Amino acid sequence: MLRYTLQRIVYMLITLFIIATLTFFLMKLLPGSPLKSQDKLTPEQVTIINEKYGLNDPLPVQYVHYIANLAKGDLGLSFQYDNRPVSEMIAGRIGPSAQLGLQALIIGSIVGLILGIIAAIKHNTFFDYGATFLAVLGISIPSFVFAGFMQFVLGVKLQLLPVALWEGFIYTIMPTIALSGFVIANISRFMRTELLEVMASDYIMLAKAKGISQSGIIIKHAIRNALIPVITIIGPLAVNIMTGSLVIERIFAIPGLGEQFVKSINMNDYTVIMGTTIFYSALFVFIIFVVDILYGVVDPRIRLAGGKK
Amino acid sequence: MNKKFSFLLVLVLALSTFLAACSGGGEKAGSDTKKGSSEGKSADAKKEQVLNLIATSEIPSMDSTLATDSVSFNVMNNVYEGLYRLGQDNEPTLGMAAEEPKVSEDGKTYTFKLRDAKWSNGDAVTANDFVFSWRRAVDPATAAEYAYMLYDVKGAEEINSGKAKPDTLGIKAIDEKTLEITLKNNIPYFKSLLSFATFYPQNEKFFKEQGKNYALEANTGVYNGPFTLSDWKHEQSFQLKKNPTYWDNAAVKLETINFNIVKDTATAVNLYETKKADRAALNAEFVDKYKSDKNFGTSPDTSVYFLRLNEKNKVLANRDARKALDLAWDKKSFVDVILNNGSKPAYYLVPDKFAVGPDGKDFRETNGDLGKLDVEEAKKLWAKAKKEAKFDKVTLEMLNYDDDNSAKISQYLKEQLESNLEGLTVNIKPQPFKQKLDLESKGNYDFSFAGWGPDYQDPMTFIDMFVTDGAHNQMGYSNPKYDKLVADAKGPLLSDLDARWKALLEAEKILMDDAAISPMYQRGTAFLQREYVKGIVEHPFGGDFGYKWAHIE
Repeated sequence: MLRYTLQRIVYMLITLFIIATLTFFLMKLLPGSPLKSQDKLTPEQVTIINEKYGLNDPLPVQYVHYIANLAKGDLGLSFQYDNRPVSEMIAGRIGPSAQLGLQALIIGSIVGLILGIIAAIKHNTFFDYGATFLAVLGISIPSFVFAGFMQFVLGVKLQLLPVALWEGFIYTIMPTIALSGFVIANISRFMRTELLEVMASDYIMLAKAKGISQSGIIIKHAIRNALIPVITIIGPLAVNIMTGSLVIERIFAIPGLGEQFVKSINMNDYTVIMGTTIFYSALFVFIIFVVDILYGVVDPRIRLAGGKK
Repeated sequence: MNKKFSFLLVLVLALSTFLAACSGGGEKAGSDTKKGSSEGKSADAKKEQVLNLIATSEIPSMDSTLATDSVSFNVMNNVYEGLYRLGQDNEPTLGMAAEEPKVSEDGKTYTFKLRDAKWSNGDAVTANDFVFSWRRAVDPATAAEYAYMLYDVKGAEEINSGKAKPDTLGIKAIDEKTLEITLKNNIPYFKSLLSFATFYPQNEKFFKEQGKNYALEANTGVYNGPFTLSDWKHEQSFQLKKNPTYWDNAAVKLETINFNIVKDTATAVNLYETKKADRAALNAEFVDKYKSDKNFGTSPDTSVYFLRLNEKNKVLANRDARKALDLAWDKKSFVDVILNNGSKPAYYLVPDKFAVGPDGKDFRETNGDLGKLDVEEAKKLWAKAKKEAKFDKVTLEMLNYDDDNSAKISQYLKEQLESNLEGLTVNIKPQPFKQKLDLESKGNYDFSFAGWGPDYQDPMTFIDMFVTDGAHNQMGYSNPKYDKLVADAKGPLLSDLDARWKALLEAEKILMDDAAISPMYQRGTAFLQREYVKGIVEHPFGGDFGYKWAHIE
């Protein structure tokens, strides 16, 4: 297991290095410079300023500099936010994004699982159709439409929840619900299909024959097996939440990382583009790693197979 | 069967606890907001001097030397102060300067006496603070993008391009409170320039103590303006508090200004509706909804938007073709229907209510509108151009940004121009911000949507863009008469301000007659503002607002 983990960590680092390299060169293909008031400056002035940031150097030299600094853990200083360290910017903004993402993922998974289980047990009944209807809604309504609607109804008209801003737990409720819709929809659909399949398998029949109670069968045998495929989609869903949060953070005026990333690309803020890309990729690679470990927890066969390698 | 039922019961129970938790949270939230609004009401009753505003982005910089954007300038205008500050009438009024300066015979040397002012940490504001900050701004090692703002000061350009040492800059501290400034030219707008951020003083001792962290946080900056930056939660909010050490603090009535950073217009409006914000800017879709609201207002800005007509294109090299293009589209309905945000149609380059001449008249009042919609004339000129430039059909590419708003603008222009000018096809080319600027600077476009905001309070900031081979003349326009007028206004006529003003007026007329550009609109903003907010001053350049004289009634 330890060897397996170490091996995975090495692969993760290689993946990140490749991503960093590709992003660096693709980013440099973007036209223009990272200067904020490029349209106000003469070409000579631009050259003067680029000199200070080493942007007049040949590309390979810049690349070597960047990777050398990266190895030291130095992500550099932002261009748009004069001289603010990129690492500090990411650290300061990850909190709200992470809290929101986790809340949405947890609530989305729990509600999704419950809905999926109900739908499967009450197969082809009113409950099943109701759960399916909710799932279709959750997938087809974009989260920003839902967010805007909630903001207007719950925030402005009924004044039950604060419209926007980030000043405490109640401020997280609406954005969390808006973000979790997609998760609920996906997980419930998946859970329903898997559970139905598992319920029809031979060992469930065996368990029934042995006289184990219906609830015992579902909780101990069926759900646990149905969970394996469901865990596989948590990784992609987490990524979906990260990208979905761009819009949600904007609508609810949340000081998160998402908007920062988009803006840095528009403004050619090289250091921030690199920093956030590496951060997001690291997070993604890490989530995949955690999901792999979780397989082992849920299904011992996978753990053993991995261990023998 | 029984067991199946019990399992369901468990599920239902689990679900209901979850739902109960939800509604519990909801109730708590409800009571919280109610408490919030009752607090708001009692605040109204006591007329607490707290203003709640919205900023559209994080403050990119609090270092006055490095800042280049409107959000930074707006905060700086209220927490820092230069030798002058734009007053309630938008004329430069004395700030850190104790009295009007002694100006030498040739108008190039200014000697200022500083008033007895303090930084918020108790240090005195000294002449050296100005010397330090100005030298730092032009030093190429600082890489300040707005270093060019100081190019009117003697030696600035040479220093900035690395040809001279920073200490050769034309600014000297005679003693602690006396400052001598030497200019390259005796420019008439120097006082208003002195109110601009790049010209603010910086506390050298404090700057060096803070090192890399200078002005990155609320407590690593030091303030000499009407307010201090008392709290700064990045990307979330910031707060200004009345500055007790400010020399004119008796005039400052507001105790606190809270800014929340909100990027979405609809969200800002919703915050205004729930009384979390006292003012919210509107975009076109909200203007229709709130037009008749008693708290609705519009304010003109001094940015002017226009079409660059690239003379590298054979057709656009023809004056009549350009003029036809300018006259052929309806600017009035463009502003009313497409923008609908308080902007005004522009038939000019120098904005309205921006610069007043030596005769006491606004530049626009004297020069008026130059070239209104005239489709008949446009058609005639277009026909003439076809003969002169020998074309029958032509396709022109319109370069624009790639956002929704720009798409609407391009579409409108395409329709208007194609229907009024026979044989013209307009291809729209939307490009990302930086790519658009890049294509423009390389001259790879036919015509493009562009804008300009003033750097100083004089028509020259607009006029000198279009001299032959000027860095911002990205369309190959050239007229020796125009160049001569601009050169005169920058040189010999500086000693005869009446003649200089006439030269600037004449230059604008020539530019419009040549149809070097097709002006589009002067930007405006529509907003909602609570009726109890009084005295916010809107400035034509530098920071957008002055809160020094604002109060809650």
